[in-house]
Amino acid sequence: MLFYITLFLYLAATSGYISYVITLKKPISILSTSILIASFVLHAAVISLRYPELGHPPFIGIETLSLLAWTIVGIYLLVEWRYKVYVLGSIVSPIAFILLLLTVIIPEGEIVVPPYLRSVWFPLHVGFAFLGNAIFSLACAAGIMYLIQERQVKGHHLGGIHKRLPSLDVLDEINEMCLFVGFPLMTFGIITGFIWSNAVWGTFWNLSPRAIFSLITWLLYATLLTGRLSVGWRGRRAAVLAITGFSIMIATYFVINIIWGGHAFK
Amino acid sequence: MNIIVVGLNHKTAPVEIREKISFQPAMLEEAHGKLLQTQGVTEGMILSTCNRVEVYSCVNDIESGIREVKEFLSAFHGLPLERFEEHLFVCSAEDALRHLFRVASSLDSMVIGEPQILGQLKDAYQTSCKYTAAGVILNKLLHRAFSTAKRVRTETKIASSAVSISYAAVELAKKIFGSLDGKVVMLVGAGEMCELAAKHFINSGIKDIYVTNRTFERAERLAEEFKGTPVNFNEFQHTLHKADIVLSSTGATHYIIKPEDVTEALKARKQKPMFFIDIAVPRDIDPKVNDIDNVYLYDIDDMQGVIEANVKGRSKEAEKAEGIIAEELKVFIHWLKTLDLTPTIVGIRERGEEIRRKELEKALAYLNGLSPEQIKVLESLTSAIVNKLIHHPIVALKTHAKDHYRDMYLEVARNMFDLADKEKEEPDQELEE
Repeated sequence: MLFYITLFLYLAATSGYISYVITLKKPISILSTSILIASFVLHAAVISLRYPELGHPPFIGIETLSLLAWTIVGIYLLVEWRYKVYVLGSIVSPIAFILLLLTVIIPEGEIVVPPYLRSVWFPLHVGFAFLGNAIFSLACAAGIMYLIQERQVKGHHLGGIHKRLPSLDVLDEINEMCLFVGFPLMTFGIITGFIWSNAVWGTFWNLSPRAIFSLITWLLYATLLTGRLSVGWRGRRAAVLAITGFSIMIATYFVINIIWGGHAFK
Repeated sequence: MNIIVVGLNHKTAPVEIREKISFQPAMLEEAHGKLLQTQGVTEGMILSTCNRVEVYSCVNDIESGIREVKEFLSAFHGLPLERFEEHLFVCSAEDALRHLFRVASSLDSMVIGEPQILGQLKDAYQTSCKYTAAGVILNKLLHRAFSTAKRVRTETKIASSAVSISYAAVELAKKIFGSLDGKVVMLVGAGEMCELAAKHFINSGIKDIYVTNRTFERAERLAEEFKGTPVNFNEFQHTLHKADIVLSSTGATHYIIKPEDVTEALKARKQKPMFFIDIAVPRDIDPKVNDIDNVYLYDIDDMQGVIEANVKGRSKEAEKAEGIIAEELKVFIHWLKTLDLTPTIVGIRERGEEIRRKELEKALAYLNGLSPEQIKVLESLTSAIVNKLIHHPIVALKTHAKDHYRDMYLEVARNMFDLADKEKEEPDQELEE
């Protein structure tokens, strides 16, 4: 029941944010934010109530989508509070809605939690990775908006889209902030992953496709970070890299995690 | 009484000449003094801005007046008349009045509708009053010009277009930089539009302003006005990297900011975005600059595209403005014509006769049954009183009709005998806006 109320609230927040983007009326944005905060709180309740039922942490199987949605919304709310970019809400809330909907649509088989997932390092590893992913998803959304807005400004088309998108500088700043916060989290995620792997299998490096792609993504973000700090990679280039990084991450998640069933441990 | 304008402006003279003929504020006292000493000039006002130097004067004779004012300009600036005479424009009577009204309404500006010129004109008028160079006619004329400008501003959309270009520039900058706090603006060249846009940017919280101009003194002057820093024109490209927003409006005939300059600047500022606004015609900035990452270039057409709707109605609005000017001109010319000896004396006589007749009728209504002789006595009595009363004022008017105080006496007489037109007078607060 609580789950469906949450689902409904995400839908309500989605329509709220979208109507704000269309009408640009301030009260609608306040209302949408309130709804989204309510959904976020309820969603937290849903996750924690489910936890004992599941018999395993919500880090495995289809439940991860729910957790991912919750993390993204949480981080978005922080970004919205800091940068007032309500347009981003019109992207984030439907994503949360869809992710949550997927958890009921995709049938889940019986999950037997293998003993290696019971290590203390596993929740740490996944926790960091999750926060990192959620933050990079926002960087990606900001990057897409940046590219659209840049096209408007450069091409001298200053229509409705231009008016509704935040300034280029704010979008770039979100990108930067996400990189500065997301990158250490991702790094911690990878380090704790190594430690976990070592604790369970006695080896730091596991040649699974998941691990390889994670490393590729990490390298990409590392390059972006270095470029930004040293020669001022910003704007368009930073946006494109943020979008690329997140696309690889999503591909890794869906293709490898779901289809191949998680890390292909030997 | 005749009104003439002798001057030069952005349409008639290149900036090199305009600069030589221009009047610095410190020169104005002496200049007004010398102007009034000029043969045949009874009133005068000097309007000197970076785009125009115009001397408005009331003269006894148009032809000699024009010659004298030209000589005044030449003598005051120590420049032989042949050096600049071809750049001078001259108009008189109704044309001079219309010119002033068009200047005040910003129809004669380089950027039509820019509001600064009205302020500059008000300053010029106040200076002229301060040095007692403006008399009855210029007072009346300038007030008429100010109220015309006000009507044009409120009744047409002429002003909104120019303002909206700078407004759009600021809004656009906000879409690039978010907030403008702490941003730095550079002015390359110093056109009216640039100054106007710079003012808008200053009001939006920018931190610093650099000004460069081919003549360094002008850059210094403008920098002082904006509390900014003047930059040498020969090497402004090396300061480019400090600016987030560059407003360019020089008279250069070729591109003065090239893609190489911008790439260089961008490297120095670690790719932080730059916003270029090129108001010059022909353009100052190579359009290829817009292809560089993190650089946004808008020329005057792009800016006008931003506010398309306003531009569409531009010519219609100008027509409307000319209509307003024609109306106001008619009112002023009517007043000017009455400010002559004969109509004033006739007016005073008529006023006296009118009062006498009215009062006599009232008295006769009381005194029933008077004989024709008695009525005749009353008639001649009242006539004698009226004529004696107005005799001295009329003699005074005639005496002063040939001297310096002529217009003042006429105006005072018209007011005292209530001959002034019933059209509404503009309150003086108009000036203090």
